[in-house]
Amino acid sequence: MSASVIFKSVAELSALLAAKSISACELMQAFAARTTAVEGRVHAFNSRDEAGALSLAAASDARRAAGQTRGPLDGIPIGFKDVIAVEGQPLTASSKMLANFISPYDATVTTKLKMAGAIPWGRLNLDEFAMGSSTENSAFGATANPWDLTRVPGGSSGGSAAAVAAGEMPVALGSDTGGSIRQPAAFCGLVGLKPTYGLVSRYGLAAFASSLDQIGTLTRTVGDAAQMLKIIAGHDARDSTSLSTVMPDYSAALPKKSRPWRIGVPKEFFGPGLDAEIGAAVQQALAFYRSAGAEITEVSLPLTAEYAIAVYYLIATAEASSNLARYDGIRYGHRARTTTDAISIYAQSRAEGFGEEVKRRIILGTHVLSSGYYDAYYLRAQKVRALIRGEFMSVFQNCDVLLSPTTPTAAFKIGEKSADPLAMYLNDIYTIGVNLAGLPGISLPCGFTTGGLPIGLQIIGQPFGEAEMLTIAHTYEQGHAWHTKYPNL
Amino acid sequence: MNYEAVIGLEVHVQLKTASKMFTRVAAGYGAPPNTLTDAVVLALPGALPVLNKEALDKIIKAGLMLGCTIAPVCKWDRKNYFYPDSPKNYQISQYDQPICLAGSVEIELPGVARNVMGEHKQIPLTRIHLEEDVGKLTHEAHDSLVDFNRAGTPLMEIVSEPAMHSADEAFAFLTSLRTTMVQGGISDCDMEKGQLRCDANISIRPVGETKLGVKVELKNLNSISYVRDGIALEIRRQTAVLTGGGSIVQETRQYDGEAGTSVAMRSKEMAHDYRYFPDPDLLPVQVDAAWQATIRATIPELPFDRQRRFIAQYQLPYTITAVLVPERDLGDFFEQVAQLCSHPQAAANWLVNDLRRELASGKIALTESKIRPMHIAALVDLVEQGEISMTAAKEVFNDMFQTGEAPAAIVIRKNLKQSTDSGALEQWVQSAIAANPRAVAEFLAGKEQAINAVKGAVMKASQGKANPKLVDELVRRQLLAVKP
Amino acid sequence: MNPSADINIEYVARLARLALTAAEQQKLSQQLGDILHYVDKLKQVDVTGIEPMAHGSPVFNVWGADVIMAGFSVDQALQNAPEQRDDSIVVPKIVE
Repeated sequence: MSASVIFKSVAELSALLAAKSISACELMQAFAARTTAVEGRVHAFNSRDEAGALSLAAASDARRAAGQTRGPLDGIPIGFKDVIAVEGQPLTASSKMLANFISPYDATVTTKLKMAGAIPWGRLNLDEFAMGSSTENSAFGATANPWDLTRVPGGSSGGSAAAVAAGEMPVALGSDTGGSIRQPAAFCGLVGLKPTYGLVSRYGLAAFASSLDQIGTLTRTVGDAAQMLKIIAGHDARDSTSLSTVMPDYSAALPKKSRPWRIGVPKEFFGPGLDAEIGAAVQQALAFYRSAGAEITEVSLPLTAEYAIAVYYLIATAEASSNLARYDGIRYGHRARTTTDAISIYAQSRAEGFGEEVKRRIILGTHVLSSGYYDAYYLRAQKVRALIRGEFMSVFQNCDVLLSPTTPTAAFKIGEKSADPLAMYLNDIYTIGVNLAGLPGISLPCGFTTGGLPIGLQIIGQPFGEAEMLTIAHTYEQGHAWHTKYPNL
Repeated sequence: MNYEAVIGLEVHVQLKTASKMFTRVAAGYGAPPNTLTDAVVLALPGALPVLNKEALDKIIKAGLMLGCTIAPVCKWDRKNYFYPDSPKNYQISQYDQPICLAGSVEIELPGVARNVMGEHKQIPLTRIHLEEDVGKLTHEAHDSLVDFNRAGTPLMEIVSEPAMHSADEAFAFLTSLRTTMVQGGISDCDMEKGQLRCDANISIRPVGETKLGVKVELKNLNSISYVRDGIALEIRRQTAVLTGGGSIVQETRQYDGEAGTSVAMRSKEMAHDYRYFPDPDLLPVQVDAAWQATIRATIPELPFDRQRRFIAQYQLPYTITAVLVPERDLGDFFEQVAQLCSHPQAAANWLVNDLRRELASGKIALTESKIRPMHIAALVDLVEQGEISMTAAKEVFNDMFQTGEAPAAIVIRKNLKQSTDSGALEQWVQSAIAANPRAVAEFLAGKEQAINAVKGAVMKASQGKANPKLVDELVRRQLLAVKP
Repeated sequence: MNPSADINIEYVARLARLALTAAEQQKLSQQLGDILHYVDKLKQVDVTGIEPMAHGSPVFNVWGADVIMAGFSVDQALQNAPEQRDDSIVVPKIVE
């Protein structure tokens, strides 16, 4: 039975549970068995509590038997990127610094998912503190791409993407600061949703760059992404940056279409550096939309294309240098044993607790905020960020959404780019602007390379334009079968 | 050469709120260690700050009371530095856009005598901003213990201009500021509980010089008298250094109030580079005219304004107002009494002397006193109308302090009404004259005070109830009648 | 002047409280030099009159009412502490 459920969507599993064709316990057992079978090769998890998950599954079955089921997610196993707090479970951020940390509280998204009856299923690997694009920067070892175990799953939410792609769970939460959900979704053949900044509470998400971070989902279908968003979105009094906005019913919005869509295509996102097969796949997607009646217009985002990465690495590292100051081995976390005074304990604990990429970004971020450099780097980056947001907003005067590739290349080899940080950073070229402008973005499968690697199509929406963005993505998905493919493991 | 001191103060005041500055766990003093924490206070992974509206209201109120300009927009910045009492290793503060700008604190300098009002001055402020307090470190023999209960308590930093020139002015500044903050309900300002803390920047320069001298920061001024004594000591120290041909080193010194000395603190390994930047987790605050007006409506009369009014409106002596005004409750109590009776000065005396003494000896708060304004008003009126003697009034006061009964009822119960029955009085006067021939003779011979012995005998016979004025009249009339 | 040339890794590492080996310092100097050289391109952008964007969205006045909510027990507060005594966190002696 397990082979028949492990690659099903949340919607399909929900229907099976509702029809009592399968119990939540049976479902949980199927995913646990699959995980045991493939985890040695994929290494998507940092930790998991099978017994705890099974007892929550039993509770879900009991609710269903009593007619008190909590909705479509009741009994569905959900993975958590190991930066999102679940009370009583480890939260490591894939760092030696937090190797023994147990969260005493739930993130707001965790509370919402528990209320909906979902079952927290495991802590998923990432680039340490979400800093990276390959999930190679984990203190607990790299995660492999289920489509090709010699390749990276992307990052930083690589564990989340690999776990869903490998059939270890139907859905996982990730976080996206510069593409950390969309890029792994593209590399692993999944749907990756990064909501508008402020739509989903960040309370309980270990911060990397506070003005850019946003929690989102990795799912098999656009419909599942909409369903998940409906549960996790909404104003939260514990997150000052979470916004009060009227919440459409994202899943109900999916099939509707009132007028021809206006799709903008940023010409700079199709320039040199874009892999030809990916460019062709995205062109075919454009052809699909054109034939579906959409108006396609070429638009230009020159500042984004030229400066987004520079702006991003200044702002993200500056914020990170301050956000990660709390990891000092005083109240929790790794404490060096070799020091005896309170001043050197910081430097030693942090040197031992953080990996190379984290140190690199802390140093860079500290430098750009330091006396004499602030105006030239950080302040200037914030101003250019304002210009980049303005550039997107002016393009949106004439477009409903923008469409582009998610990544310039398909999944690269493990170790291929780890020696050159700048080359790794440049890989985020198409995704980073979305975070700087605070926009929603989604990546969905739009084909495979001749080598059999998934290709991702990115759709960028207007602020709080998730409903329209999801509808447009859903339409493409309905006309294609990419999302029904899964890797042979 | 004569030197002039230039002093600026940085005062930290904890705001009186139920919860902390950036999270809703309880704030407070004296709880067992680490019982006032949550994910935000401990800076756990994923915790986020949320402003406390009450703290904003309170600092706006403080700013308006001190005549500050309230910034239309202010923002929140991170001040980055590592220390074990700072959970996030950055403090959320306000760097270049504080909520309150300018303003001033009115101070009163010592007068030429205790009963003479001293000179008043306005000491200008630079700014007031809002930030969060840190935890508490206890140093033990081999290590230190950290308690995070205090961490995250709303903390207001008031920065004065370098505009004070003596320890007395600094003392007066802090006294006035404390009275104003307490009366505004902004803080309890208990220095022993760390609710009010003060650092001083002190320099000296030759009189007439306009450029500032090298400044020394003086810390650990843990009481208001330490502020005065510590600053006076530092001025003497700097004067001695310059007079001796030396020069002042820019440094931070720690004052030891018990020993009356100060020592230089070891200089930090590098200059502070706090890497301030806007906190992305907290949105800026806009304060519009309507918000300001709402707060302004809650502001009580300022202490010095009230003092001037009490003197003008009720003709109270300065010394009495100097006691009535610093305690908000007592001043309010007085005004209530003054509404009810026609002799406010007499009422003020009862409050300042008798009521305060009894409250202090019984350790009772004014709000819990059984004596209410109507009691004092009635007592004053009984005395002024000649119904009871002053001696009887003291007895009535003590009784009503214990029982809370109305004075008129006590007078009846204790039979303290002044006797105005002239028949009985005539009788007592005659007996007193007969019993004191020597005093009578002396009085008639011209020794005025000899009459007191006769009057005393009358009062004794009446058990204190005779109206002294009436007694005086009768005694004189009868003595003149017997005069040969 | 090229500011990327004057990154003082030793100073910055001390500010960031990160103990770095000489080899790490050297490697970081080179890598961060490259990155800083790359971000220098921002100097080409005319930012005259542009308000810096410090937040993900332009919103003001977000706060909570001053109402007490339950916090942690001492056990929860100290559950992850590396060292504790007398319900407090223990840190090595502070040398001022």
